[in-house]
Amino acid sequence: MRRTACLSAFSAVLLSCGILTGCGSSGGSGAGASVELLNVSYDPTRELYQDFNTAFAKYWKEKSGQEVTVRQSHGGSGKQARGVIDGLEADVVTLALAYDIDAIAEKSKLVAPDWRVRLPHNSAPYTSTIVFLVRKGNPKKLHDWTDLVQPGIEVITPNPKTSGGARWNYLAVWGWMLKKELGDLSKLKDPAQADAVKQAQDKAREFVAALYHNVPVLDSGARASTTTFTQRGIGDVLLAWENEAFLCLNEPGGELIEMVVPSATILAEPPVALVDGVVDRRGTRAVAQAYLEYLYSPEGQRIAAKHYYRPVEPDKADPKDAARFPAVNLFTIDEAFTGWSEAQKTHFSDGGVFDQIYKPGK
Amino acid sequence: MRQPFKQHSVIPGFGVTLGFTVFYLSLLVLIPLSALFLKTATMGWSSFWSVVTDPRVVASYKLTFGASLAGALINAVFGFIVAWTLVRYSFPGKRLVDAMVDLPFALPTAVSGIALTTIYSRNGWVGCWLESAGIHAAFTPLGVGIALTFIGLPFVVRTLQPAIADLDPEYEEAAASLGAGRVQVFLKVIFPGLLPALLTGFALAFARALGEYGSVVFISGNMPMRTEITPLLIISKLEQYDYAGATAIAVVMLVASFAILLAINAIQWRHVRRINGRG
Repeated sequence: MRRTACLSAFSAVLLSCGILTGCGSSGGSGAGASVELLNVSYDPTRELYQDFNTAFAKYWKEKSGQEVTVRQSHGGSGKQARGVIDGLEADVVTLALAYDIDAIAEKSKLVAPDWRVRLPHNSAPYTSTIVFLVRKGNPKKLHDWTDLVQPGIEVITPNPKTSGGARWNYLAVWGWMLKKELGDLSKLKDPAQADAVKQAQDKAREFVAALYHNVPVLDSGARASTTTFTQRGIGDVLLAWENEAFLCLNEPGGELIEMVVPSATILAEPPVALVDGVVDRRGTRAVAQAYLEYLYSPEGQRIAAKHYYRPVEPDKADPKDAARFPAVNLFTIDEAFTGWSEAQKTHFSDGGVFDQIYKPGK
Repeated sequence: MRQPFKQHSVIPGFGVTLGFTVFYLSLLVLIPLSALFLKTATMGWSSFWSVVTDPRVVASYKLTFGASLAGALINAVFGFIVAWTLVRYSFPGKRLVDAMVDLPFALPTAVSGIALTTIYSRNGWVGCWLESAGIHAAFTPLGVGIALTFIGLPFVVRTLQPAIADLDPEYEEAAASLGAGRVQVFLKVIFPGLLPALLTGFALAFARALGEYGSVVFISGNMPMRTEITPLLIISKLEQYDYAGATAIAVVMLVASFAILLAINAIQWRHVRRINGRG
């Protein structure tokens, strides 16, 4: 019997050794005739980057003679960021919100903390905004945010706690109210206006609560909400990213809906960043940097506009594509909320404003 | 007399296989789970308590455990009938029906979720009928129950099938010839013989339902306090990079599920001992 125990312990140890020694050092490629990059992105950019990667491979081949293959990974923005934090070897990240890249910088130190200023336009080579999709003919006459809090109107938007995209929707509503009340968002930083600001914030909070009381379903992601609205026929209005809204209009069933642009809405800036820790280890810094910079080139901007993202330098896009974007009165998250980390803390953290809206007894 | 620790068998190698079992279980189950506990330990007791007793989290426990229990109970009853029919009778298309039972296993959960939502939502095939009867299925706790019933079915049917096949119809005939009525035959002969398998199937379906995420998030509507399941709250904590908070809820789920499974197993052991007349 003792022999048995010894034997079993021994074989267990032996097996673990075999497994553990398996994970020695690996990695370290880069220079050479071919190179591979991993772009970790969020869901709706799949088609955009498919196009862009082909264009970039051609450009890089001409420029350096190197074959570059860019692999793509798509998923919810927050989930993708956690993947990178937990060791997914992304050379570049192209996510839905700055908060997720900040989290990578903070938790894993793989991205330098000053990443936002390393590329032009806050590291957002393309932008979008939040618009309404309504049923054809706009039967409920929904033209601006105030129309959405009318009793009986059903608003479809995903859960901001689980969907990064949905946080832009929420902030668009809040920011619009601030802008409406204050007229000028720079008053937010003016100590002399503290009372007015307080009032505007209270109004915004009331308004956002009223709007979310009109939400019958909080899907976990943006695409799920789109399905709820377009396929299930639930809701009178869907809050959507403009690029997604355009896609819906062009899909089968698109003739049954139309787009409405509210009087003011938020400028959604999906940012991109180089993952320093990974590119230095893999020796891919040069090509990864060129990849991100190419997003700002005329070709990169053209492709972004083609896929319904607003190019940050519109003159570089195909005029036909650029003309599709309606003129919108936009404000940025920095103006209305002093940046993502503030917005996240106040509104979406546990016990934050969004949770309070749903506290029982309301 | 005490039974010897090691029983002689035709196939040798008890030591090596036990060692392998211990190692394999540690690698697959114990190490990941202990990481869960370690991560939770990074937060203090009071913050742990405030996370796991938050009203919203408590509401989600109620929904998750309640709907899982309901789903498993429904499956125990109707899965029993399905398994019985498939084993005892032969009819045209039986193999097809048999294969269909496994579909909830094989489908990616997101696909089942989308399919169920399509059918049960307001403009779906079933949903429109329910709606006219005043019942809302999709985006209510009922929808969660439907999804959890759907994914649990194969567990009950597949564990019961071999047990029913093993049940010799001669016992039933013998009981009937000795004057037992139909109900008596079922309660005294068939049911006790199948109870262990039924309990196993029930426990598996229940456990599977507790952890289900993919299919439920589509049909539940994820409304705070009303239709949020616990796994969704874990995900929403992770979205805020609150790893400790997420694992705290996970630990509660884990401990509760383990206790329930252990209790079901205990009932089963007692039952088997009684049937075998030992102990």
